[in-house]
Amino acid sequence: MATIQSVANEPEQHPDVALVERVKTGDISAYDELVRKYERQIFRIAQHITQNREDAEDVMQDAFLKAYEKLDQFQGNSKFYTWLVRIAVNESLMRLRKRRTGKMVSIDEDIETDEGSVPRDLADWAPDPEQNYTQAELAEILRKTIQGLPPGFRVVFVLRDVDGLSTEETAESLGLSVPAVKSRLLRARLQLRERLARYFKRKKVAREKGVKSDVH
Amino acid sequence: MTCTEFLAMLDDMIDNTVSREMRSDLQEHLRGCEHCEVTLNTTRKTIEIYRSHEIYEMPTNLRDRLHKAIMERCKKGC
Ligand SMILES: [Zn+2]
Repeated sequence: MATIQSVANEPEQHPDVALVERVKTGDISAYDELVRKYERQIFRIAQHITQNREDAEDVMQDAFLKAYEKLDQFQGNSKFYTWLVRIAVNESLMRLRKRRTGKMVSIDEDIETDEGSVPRDLADWAPDPEQNYTQAELAEILRKTIQGLPPGFRVVFVLRDVDGLSTEETAESLGLSVPAVKSRLLRARLQLRERLARYFKRKKVAREKGVKSDVH
Repeated sequence: MTCTEFLAMLDDMIDNTVSREMRSDLQEHLRGCEHCEVTLNTTRKTIEIYRSHEIYEMPTNLRDRLHKAIMERCKKGC
């Protein structure tokens, strides 16, 4: 158990720490490096929260600019990326509030839903279900499917499963508790699975017809 | 183990954070329960498919725009 713990622990110094130090001494190229490293993820997170391309572009800009300006406040006791994500999430929520004036927008409100807590569609999927669609069709299916989830589920799934943050890092960057992240992640995964089943499950019709004609 | 108990451990199973004893209990349940096996496999597939497909491509000019904005900010002192 002790060995597993120590392996899971952070190494002494994350490579971003050195980059951040260089930026603090005025080396802009080090910041460009951080941008190149994380721009896609930040843009993706902003898209998932705002669901609007223009907003996502602005969020990506503003998050990196803000992080640059506030770099002195970055303590280094969390990862730079986690800190950056937190800024991007807040910026995204601000944009979302602007667009939906009067409508409450929050990541931390608890979502009362039983959807996805019990799997209903239990049919197996085709072996390579994505082969049945073009790249464009598939992207559309994936976008439509995840857009149907509550924002708080979406962002947990993206940070944890697409970006690969740990549960603790996801909790930290969203200002959520670890149990809240865990419960959302399970429901997000199950809801996505349930919704994707519509497109990906094994089609039986053709085979059954084939069997019938064999009998004759 | 019931299906509900299995489901409660689904994320730990996927994320590989279960103890050895728990894992063998879960695997035993899987051997006798097609429903949970399908749920586990298709949930894994769901994650994999989202991980391997970028559904929001970042516009290519965005980085340059950002770089300019940072340089602008930097002129005021950095
Ligand atoms: Zn079962």
